[in-house]
Amino acid sequence: MENKQSKLSILTRGIIKENPVLVLILGTCPTLATTTGAINGLGMGVSTMVVLICSNIIISLLKNIIPDKVRIPCYIVVIATFVTIVQLMLKAFLPELDSALGLYIPLIVVNCIILGRAEMFASKNSVVDSALDGIGMGLGFTLALFFMGAARELLGAGTLFGITLTANIIEPMAVLKLAPGGFFVFGILVAIVNKLTNGKASKNAENGCMKCACSSVCGHVGGCTPTCEEELLQAIEDAKVADEINMDEEGGAL
Amino acid sequence: MTEYIIVIMAAILTNNFVLVQFLGICPFLGVSKKLDSAFGMSCAVIFVMLIATAATWPIQTYILDPKGLGYLQTIVFILVIAALVQLVEITMKKYMPPLHKALGVFLPLITTNCAVLGVCVNNITDGYGFLKSMLSSLGAGLGFMLAMVLFAGVRGRIENNDFLPSFKGIPSTLIAASIVALSFMGFGGVIDGIFGM
Repeated sequence: MENKQSKLSILTRGIIKENPVLVLILGTCPTLATTTGAINGLGMGVSTMVVLICSNIIISLLKNIIPDKVRIPCYIVVIATFVTIVQLMLKAFLPELDSALGLYIPLIVVNCIILGRAEMFASKNSVVDSALDGIGMGLGFTLALFFMGAARELLGAGTLFGITLTANIIEPMAVLKLAPGGFFVFGILVAIVNKLTNGKASKNAENGCMKCACSSVCGHVGGCTPTCEEELLQAIEDAKVADEINMDEEGGAL
Repeated sequence: MTEYIIVIMAAILTNNFVLVQFLGICPFLGVSKKLDSAFGMSCAVIFVMLIATAATWPIQTYILDPKGLGYLQTIVFILVIAALVQLVEITMKKYMPPLHKALGVFLPLITTNCAVLGVCVNNITDGYGFLKSMLSSLGAGLGFMLAMVLFAGVRGRIENNDFLPSFKGIPSTLIAASIVALSFMGFGGVIDGIFGM
């Protein structure tokens, strides 16, 4: 594949072309849950970005030390450490944001983007490249969350960053700030990105990660990694065999 | 007694994990295409949620809190859950092959599922006792199942419809999910209404 990716392309790739949220459809839980307002979206995005950059750097530094077999638990420990640091920092300096994001701060640990980038990029590339990748992917995540938060806040409450913009001329649609609105706005945003990229987001979701059983521990672009795919095929094969056995048993019973 | 029923009912309906709290969206969108896989996944989630709560609640209450190590919660919980799921899978494979056949495919996927970690952290933050924690996990799991099964039905109906090309796939699924979530908002006052609180 590409021998020497330019630093710039590593940095910008995560922002637009491979935006983790809008094109790869990863990290959907925080995207939907924390975008009730522009500030919350931005706060969640930046927190995740900090964790992503730090864990990318550390994992890239440790890539030759971590034994292959226990790499996922090792990555999780590194990520969880940084999540705890961010959590304590937020509690100390931005208590309001901390209480607004609440449960979703510890849940950064299980954000598929971070583990995915650790597995797919940081464990194979140099420290500088990994840091750039973390910045790019983090910015892409932050931008997506910010836009979604801003759209939901503007349409749902008529405000942006808490400042009233519509001057109460337009009746705000409160439902957009609630749970159904999250799904709806995200759906519309993905559809827009789809339109702009000629259906790349849906294709990714249908053929790539969503279909793959390992999507939660993987962030690979353009299909699954070979090991993942093998495991998945094996799992499907097993399930089929199990089904056949069941069917035979049922047939016998009838 | 009513107290316990309220905890379960609230977790299933008014605070539904998927449709109200947005936890476990990945499997909700990914595995809800067919009813049987949605059901299998939900069973596995209920199972893992229960054992995870049974393991993490005592750890937090009897080890972390008395020693003032509450800040290690995130690291300890995720590692305990990951190790536990592995252990359960191995044990299941050896001693309960039929159950492993039914749930085994889904178990590794659940390790990094935010719904499982979410319910463990939530139980601690809400200050529930052990029994209440277990019931709230059971409710959360049942709520997950309800959302998955309902949504599998909805998806079966929209799958072959004629959408605008850019709405095909994920966007249409998300908008369908939005309508299902809207219907769950109707449960808003139901608990207060029934139990007269």
